[in-house]
Amino acid sequence: MRTQVSFARRGREAAPYLFIAPFFVLFATFGLYPLLRTAWLSLHRWDLLAGPVEFTGLANYARLFADPFFYNALANTASIFLVGAVPQLVAALGIAALLDRPLRGRTAWQAVVLLPNVVPVVAVALVFTQLFMRDHGLVARILSALGAGPLDWQAHAWSAHLGVAIMVLWRWTGYHALLYLAAMQSVPRELHEAAALDGASRARSFRSVTLPGIRPTLLFTAVVSTIGGVQLFTEPRLFGGTSTGGNDRQFQTLVMYLHERGFEQLDAGYAATISWVLFALCALVALGNTALVRRLVGRW
Amino acid sequence: MRRAPGALAGPALLLVLVASLFPLYWSVVVASHDGASTSTGALPLLPGGELVDHVRAVFEAVDFRAALANSAIVAVTVTASNVLLSTLAGFAFAHLRFRGRRALLGLVVGSVMVPAQLGVVPLFELMGWLGWYGDLAAVVAPGLVSAFGVFWMRQACREAVPRELVDAARVDGCSSVRIWWHVVLPAVRPQAVVLAMLTFLAAWNDFFWPLVVLDPVESPTVQVALSHLAGGYYTDYPLVLTGAVLGTAPVVVLFALPARRLIAGLRRVPVDR
Repeated sequence: MRTQVSFARRGREAAPYLFIAPFFVLFATFGLYPLLRTAWLSLHRWDLLAGPVEFTGLANYARLFADPFFYNALANTASIFLVGAVPQLVAALGIAALLDRPLRGRTAWQAVVLLPNVVPVVAVALVFTQLFMRDHGLVARILSALGAGPLDWQAHAWSAHLGVAIMVLWRWTGYHALLYLAAMQSVPRELHEAAALDGASRARSFRSVTLPGIRPTLLFTAVVSTIGGVQLFTEPRLFGGTSTGGNDRQFQTLVMYLHERGFEQLDAGYAATISWVLFALCALVALGNTALVRRLVGRW
Repeated sequence: MRRAPGALAGPALLLVLVASLFPLYWSVVVASHDGASTSTGALPLLPGGELVDHVRAVFEAVDFRAALANSAIVAVTVTASNVLLSTLAGFAFAHLRFRGRRALLGLVVGSVMVPAQLGVVPLFELMGWLGWYGDLAAVVAPGLVSAFGVFWMRQACREAVPRELVDAARVDGCSSVRIWWHVVLPAVRPQAVVLAMLTFLAAWNDFFWPLVVLDPVESPTVQVALSHLAGGYYTDYPLVLTGAVLGTAPVVVLFALPARRLIAGLRRVPVDR
């Protein structure tokens, strides 16, 4: 009898650990371990298929910080992110404000706005690549109908960055708009009424009541889109068809460079180094975003 | 006090509508015309009649049937596993007391922000050791559970399952497993549906890791097969966009069914609560 009771109690004490064990075992194996091993790999000359060749200490890092292709990929990633993310979040705010009004068929509108986010990135990239084709793409034909010459979108850095940014923008604006909308609807209506009584215009009320009210969501979307931006791969990779991102690497992003080094040139140690630097970059940018949003929105 | 829509609201919404739908419409237009009329001839604005032929051609050009099956296997397995394991862990974090709970939950929350993509090199090595290179297991295994899922279901359990209910079941002699199965799972079904949708979409749409670890010809998912279709020196866009339409259709259909729920659920994405 007593042994049964203590067995039951022991079962009850063990249960929580058994419940969370699958997550932690899988996370340790496929998340944490690869992350730590990446650090170890980055200290070696390491062939992806053959394995370790030689311990080289920080040589990979020294090489990385002197590598013009790395800086090129870094600049491209930053450029595409800035061209894409800023209009994206502004447009999302605008769409959320539009949907935050009396509207017939509200759910249908929200479904339409979210639809692009559901479409596979690969399909998005292929459709837009077709739209941006040099001579016969729809965009080229519209441009030439307007009197502008045909544009080789992939040939110039600025136009390639713009093209990729448009793909990102199209896919993510609606998603962020819905997050903003949800946050806006949880801002107490009385605050708007009070602002109106004080003679605030609609724009003023939006700036002084709505934006501060949705600050946590603004921060969340800024962090999410930045981390997405740092990891940008599918759209530019399919836009050019290779991991080099055009003949002059004019739109090669950091993860494309990681893919090229690690999985095409099999230089695993160097790819691991790129991974670690990217990881640090993600952390840094997330922190920077927090500070920025706090300052911008806190001031108003 | 809701203010009346301004004069520009209508046209602005219309613009949003067109911008959201046009690329999808255009992919159907290109997919249903022959190559000559979309690349050199007049600009077609309505769908043509070649779609069926192109679908057939896609299935001939790559093993699209296998790709569809592979993507379905990956997405369904990953979704089912995520929902079960996340609810299990979420329930423990929300309602069970144990030593180290706070610290372990902190680890979960912290790892939400870690881009798992960055561990690809050792992950590739690991799959080699396990003998999973080129195997669907390599795509399924790392996706079986996610920190986001655990955190999401923990919030759901706190909202949807009152503590008294758990205590009452306990007094009636229910084990933790029985409480999870009979009390928790039914109560969190709405949130579980949203998690299932988000997980399915992410698994179906994943590209980078399957591209690295799967053979583009032998055992691809839909996304890898599509990129293979688009590779090469000459791109046959009607064919490629037919593939894109085929790869998109299942998720759009799936999305259309519970769109209302998905939207309601998206509005509860844990931001800072």
